[in-house]
Amino acid sequence: MYPRPLLLACVLVALLAAVPLFFVVGYTISVGWSEAWRLLVRPRVGELLVNTTELVAGGMASSAVLGTAAAWLVERTDLPGRRVWHVLLAAPLAVPAFVVSFGWVSLTSAAQGYPGALLIVTLAYYPLVYLPVGAALRGLDPALEESARSLGLGPWRTFARVVLPQLRPALLGGALLVGLHLLAEFGALQMLRFPTFTTAIYDQYRSSFNSAAANMLAGVLVLYCGVLVVAELGLRGRHRYARLGPGSSRPAVPARLGWFAVPALAGLGAVVLLALGIPLASIVRWLVVGTSTAFPAADLATATVTAAGLGLAGALTTVVLALPVAWLAVRHPGRIGTLLERSTYTANALPGIVVALALVTVSLRVLPAVYQTTALLIAAYSIMFLPRATVALRAAVAQAPPVLDDVARALGLRPARVWWRVTLPLIAPGVGAGAILVFLAVVTELTATLLLSPTGTRTLATEFWSNTNDIDYGAAAPYAGLMVLLSAPATFLLTRSARRGP
Amino acid sequence: MGRVGRALAVLVTAGLVGGLSACGGDDGPTLTLYNAQHRDLMEVLLDAFTEETGIKVEMRSGGDAELANQLVQEGDSSPADVFATENSPAMTLVERAGGFSPLDRATLDQVPDQYVPSSGAWTGFAARSTVFIYNREQVTEDELPASITDLSGPQWQGRVGVAAGGADFQAIVSAVLAVEGEDATADWLAGLKRNAKIYDNNIAALRAVNAGEVPAAVIYHYYWYQDQAESGEISRNVDLHYFKNQDAGAFLSVSGVGVVAASDHQPEAQRLVSFLTSEAGQRALVDSGALEYPVSGQVTANPALPPLADLDAPDIDISTLNGPRVIELMRQADLL
Repeated sequence: MYPRPLLLACVLVALLAAVPLFFVVGYTISVGWSEAWRLLVRPRVGELLVNTTELVAGGMASSAVLGTAAAWLVERTDLPGRRVWHVLLAAPLAVPAFVVSFGWVSLTSAAQGYPGALLIVTLAYYPLVYLPVGAALRGLDPALEESARSLGLGPWRTFARVVLPQLRPALLGGALLVGLHLLAEFGALQMLRFPTFTTAIYDQYRSSFNSAAANMLAGVLVLYCGVLVVAELGLRGRHRYARLGPGSSRPAVPARLGWFAVPALAGLGAVVLLALGIPLASIVRWLVVGTSTAFPAADLATATVTAAGLGLAGALTTVVLALPVAWLAVRHPGRIGTLLERSTYTANALPGIVVALALVTVSLRVLPAVYQTTALLIAAYSIMFLPRATVALRAAVAQAPPVLDDVARALGLRPARVWWRVTLPLIAPGVGAGAILVFLAVVTELTATLLLSPTGTRTLATEFWSNTNDIDYGAAAPYAGLMVLLSAPATFLLTRSARRGP
Repeated sequence: MGRVGRALAVLVTAGLVGGLSACGGDDGPTLTLYNAQHRDLMEVLLDAFTEETGIKVEMRSGGDAELANQLVQEGDSSPADVFATENSPAMTLVERAGGFSPLDRATLDQVPDQYVPSSGAWTGFAARSTVFIYNREQVTEDELPASITDLSGPQWQGRVGVAAGGADFQAIVSAVLAVEGEDATADWLAGLKRNAKIYDNNIAALRAVNAGEVPAAVIYHYYWYQDQAESGEISRNVDLHYFKNQDAGAFLSVSGVGVVAASDHQPEAQRLVSFLTSEAGQRALVDSGALEYPVSGQVTANPALPPLADLDAPDIDISTLNGPRVIELMRQADLL
């Protein structure tokens, strides 16, 4: 039932992706029960658990509310300037969380602590809810709502009882993404002095490189991620969300806001101002103020080229690795395919530092030749960002009808030519979206890059971080600005493809 | 679809070019320095070294403890030739794992005994003093603590900042451990857990004291002097208080440098360590504006700094500072 080479490729990818998990689990076992208990059951871990939970729960909830409200206003109302709002509301995706954090912290230390952390992660991550919910609203058949209205439900109850349940997969999926990002978020929270498991793991690493204490904390994170994923699957349920019956849906009639448009515009304006305006204004301000620090054009250029090169290489490699996994899961559905696909998600919950430490140990013991090479760094990126590519590719492969391949074969094309001339063009949008998602992540990746890159490598993220650590905001600002500039075109392409819908 | 194909082709080409440009040709050995010292300072010193010897050096930056433990984990496969730190406990950690080659006699002779471990496995090349900083609006002079151990008392609850996760503060804890013993240190750390606000590093703590977020902090002296020399932007409202009297809080921390045993370029690596401790290297250190103390008797420190003799640091054998034990005690106190 399964083609051998495909299965083999998938097993290899899954094994690669699971290296960090094996490492954490192996370390936990080797430490022994009593030592593990001593390291885990202590007040510090309790504090971290509370902080992490508050942040994840608060961040998911506020992103869900903000993302859904913004999506409804843009997709379903007669709000003035909806196209512009769509671009502006998706644009914070191009501003990495630690740059948003930098923008606020360098202006006021009041941003530190839980309220600031919650605000900043919400501003940085709500587009992860906004985009899928917006797409779902566009795809929703308005006939359902109209029926509900004609049967006597008011507009609010229609939204709560008809629209919201239909949005469940998009909303939960987006919120899950926010939660997973928050579990692994490091730079933004470190700057805000809000300790979570991931920042504590980094402190352990700073104090003792690869230690039992760090790996125990990583183990807790893995469990935490497991809880989130299972909860999302459970809440999503087993409902059908596709339309039944023939015919096609027409665009929804936009709700008339009337005077309500004023507060709506003010609200969206405030979101864009806080999420985009403050960080960008802060960067510009430091660029101007920081002119006393020399503007190192050569260093900036090198760091930009390095970041872009790593981003491209990482995106390409990850997409190539994700392709067989997505293909197997869609075209040969079954337990093995699902298992292999899901196993590539495991590393997603692990912070970059944990993935990097695992690869350091494994490469030193097994393959010293790749230690501190670009190849190993790219492997780390692939492990960390494989799920982004897999998700995008899965959707694309699912929409490419297998019958077209058969037709091409019947018309006399060889399998390789079929793949090149028929299949690849069909899944190209998914390939592109996956590659863009990975590119964005690599360009702003910090901790794995610091630990694994060849000596002397400097990327935008590492230089930004090093200057921010020295509170040299003027010197950090150009690197922050370049990260945004490098991410902006990719983000724009992504929002356009999201707008066109799947 | 054609456009996507072309975009993919561009992606591939750019990826290849980016990958290739990472490998360059080289002439003569290029040393790899695992550097935990401030990067700006080390760049100045390395430029002077390359100018004098023609030997190029690449830097891999990180913190004391992480790079030390990384070196130990790398063992014989380490790509590093030389290791330099901000504080000596990380040097001792590598030394105990057998990670250093013995230094040339001539190099050791350049440095006074107090900055060199008896083994001669590495040497100090710079020194920094612990200092108590306070916001002069929020702390009066008669409130100033006589000893660093006073900071665990109730009068400092929520009023003192430390960078607990950083190697600098951990070195200071190692001095408290050496002077006061294990039980007193554990009690003191428990008090700090109650009292202290945790900052990411010394600069962040200095900035916070200046801004009035926290009235006082324990850091190293040169952060304050550097900022005073530049703009005073994050130290304007901050005064210094040296503990002196051989208090553990008067600890003088030694930045170390040594030749990695796994290095394939032993002679060149020895030359780098020799240069850093030579008169020329020490002068470059003083001239760099880093405002750390030189260790060589032939070079005097920047006149803006108080003379080392006035600071009355405790007499601690640097080989006894125990980094891993400090980490364990700080974990037990839930500071890590």
